[in-house]
Amino acid sequence: MDLIEKHPILEFKHSKKVKFSFDGIEMEGYEGEPIAAALHANGVRIYRITPAKEQTRGFFCAIGKCSSCFMVVDGVPNVRTCVTPLKTGMRVETQLGKGVIPMDA
Amino acid sequence: MSATLEAASLGCHVTLVDSDLALGGQLIKQTHKFFGSKDERAGTRGFKISEILLEELNSYKGTVEVHTNCTATGFYKEDGVVSCVIGEDEYFRIKPEKIVMATGAQERLLPFPNNHLPGVYGAGAVQTLMNVYGVVPGKKVLMVGAGNIGLIVSYQLMQAGVEIAGIVEAMDKVGGYWVHAAKTRRLGVPIYLRHTIREALGDKIVEGAVIQEIDDRFQPTGKEIKIDADVICMAVGLTPTCELLWQAGCEMVFVPQLCGHVAQRDLFMRTSHKDIWVAGDASGIEEASAAMVEGRIAGVGVAKALGHGEASEHSGRLEEFKRRLADLRGGEVGQKICQGISCCTVNEWGV
Repeated sequence: MDLIEKHPILEFKHSKKVKFSFDGIEMEGYEGEPIAAALHANGVRIYRITPAKEQTRGFFCAIGKCSSCFMVVDGVPNVRTCVTPLKTGMRVETQLGKGVIPMDA
Repeated sequence: MSATLEAASLGCHVTLVDSDLALGGQLIKQTHKFFGSKDERAGTRGFKISEILLEELNSYKGTVEVHTNCTATGFYKEDGVVSCVIGEDEYFRIKPEKIVMATGAQERLLPFPNNHLPGVYGAGAVQTLMNVYGVVPGKKVLMVGAGNIGLIVSYQLMQAGVEIAGIVEAMDKVGGYWVHAAKTRRLGVPIYLRHTIREALGDKIVEGAVIQEIDDRFQPTGKEIKIDADVICMAVGLTPTCELLWQAGCEMVFVPQLCGHVAQRDLFMRTSHKDIWVAGDASGIEEASAAMVEGRIAGVGVAKALGHGEASEHSGRLEEFKRRLADLRGGEVGQKICQGISCCTVNEWGV
């Protein structure tokens, strides 16, 4: 993971390491930290593709306000990954367009 | 947090709702030492201040209820109900007697081609990634904006081992404190004054940027400069987050010195809505030190309105906090803030 190893001021206390998947690829992240941060640390930059112009979107505001980092998490679209805590075994997928809301949930 | 602490100290029961995963607002990502006065913990690093506040908050376990990862999504003025959502789908409603809206600010962006590309990040977002979660935001960063945030975040990026390709600033001088500018310049970072970003380069993610000099009327002039970077960090200012205040029908006024629309308020930070107070960046963009004092004032105001504490206590605390705000707003920047505040402050709301 692309983490800061040495820092003159901060000491990073990460929580438990857990496994999750991104588009079917297994990755590691820290439990309780935002999904978007875990993805970024794994080198993932593109989080969704817009509906009309099919442009890429990724991390942007990190405070759950801008909609840029919407992804499909465990089958549910439009999840704000920058403020949603990572859990073990999560299935995270690139969101294509508006996503489809699961009607059986 | 400050409003909660102050109200709780006077005997109020408080429910504190915050959309972030941890309390502390922007403080948790601020590694630099604060300026200002000793009363506001000058010399202490931002994240340490939030730890101190959190500890203070923990002493009110019986009367303060905290919800994190919880967004106040709406205020219904018909019945005074606030709707909240925890995470993505756990809703609840709450009907408080009094409300302090300390919703902070959001970052501004500039319009330029490809500004949607992943790699164009807000400065606050970059701070969150690297200072809260220890994630390297990129290899090489172009910073847009040489105000305090642009300068401080550039320096913090270098502390995290990231290269800064340069800092772009539209004005003809650095907007932030000289000491922050000097720290980055000493490390050899070029500051491009009177320059703007023309476009982000890249197909699917940011691979670089084009910057260009601008004239007195902010029109591009001269030759374009291509910069290699995988992150373009936007530090071009903030604007108050005031949707809930609009929903509540509070009287709002556009104040350029406070960076956007803000609620009119009295000396206790009470808005035109008799049950709603405002504090912090939501009431006008300013330093965190001032935001904390404003929170304290709003906390006293709420307690007073609810009949908690003695009148002499309320006026005594208000005077003390007003003095501390005046200390913070003593400088040149403070003058501008004071001008702005005078545009939206009423002495007393007519009943």
